[in-house]
Amino acid sequence: MTEAFDQWQFVIAAYVLGGATTLGLAAYSWLAMRRAEARRDKVREG
Amino acid sequence: MHGFANPARFLRIARWATPLCLVLGLALATAAMAWGVFVAPADALQGDTVRIIYLHVPTAWLGMGGWSAIAIASFTEIVWRHPLAGIAARAVALPGAVFTALCLITGSIWGRPAWGAWWVWDGRLTSMLVLLFLYFGYMALDAAARGSQQAGQGQGRITAIFGLVGAVNIPVIHYSVTWWNSLHQPPSITMGKSAMAADFLVPLLIATVGFSLVFGGIVMARMRTILADEQAEARLRRKAMRATTTENW
Repeated sequence: MTEAFDQWQFVIAAYVLGGATTLGLAAYSWLAMRRAEARRDKVREG
Repeated sequence: MHGFANPARFLRIARWATPLCLVLGLALATAAMAWGVFVAPADALQGDTVRIIYLHVPTAWLGMGGWSAIAIASFTEIVWRHPLAGIAARAVALPGAVFTALCLITGSIWGRPAWGAWWVWDGRLTSMLVLLFLYFGYMALDAAARGSQQAGQGQGRITAIFGLVGAVNIPVIHYSVTWWNSLHQPPSITMGKSAMAADFLVPLLIATVGFSLVFGGIVMARMRTILADEQAEARLRRKAMRATTTENW
């Protein structure tokens, strides 16, 4: 018995997951950095 | 070398290098993946599933590269006690773990149509899974060390030693496909040689450069976060001490 695969489904799943995770991690790191630097500057001024 | 590891100098460079790496890296990675999906040919044996390679290989390389960076930074921290090295190692751990997990997941998605199985317990997959657990262990140890920082310097050094010892797994991952029978293919790209046709190799190299730049940008952003948090905490502590001293007088 053989299984029939639509290969594109696997390709799309991998790319959606990989792209979303990479973008999410980059955005999270950038926003966390901006927040931490704003807090540091606020503490310096205060 | 020590001059470049100065936190003030690092911040001066990272201020412009962080957005540059992120934007350029995302642009290159997106272009390479679009090339891989829409332009590069399908493989004669594996068909279209080979296109997962443009995501799977860069994430594998960065998962292993991340731990290599942790090991080098840990060595620098242990030998020269350089604080920026410890910060760099801490900053690499999360993106390293995420890219290792992505490598395992994309490999699993590729394995189902190629091998007929989502997972097999062979040397390459198992050693890569061990790497993911090493990242988890490193992050847990680091969190515990920071939680008990008042207890003394030894806590941070234990994390650094763990980072160094964990590097033993890197050559195991690399040589796993030659040491043991494996469904996973042997390395297609070695030093100065490639078994891949240029149609596949060029977008793969561009994707690897792009993802590496993104990884570098994320690490720099995380280092800046850690440095900013430490500077804010130190200032707050000084303020609290001054307030206590004034009250006592």
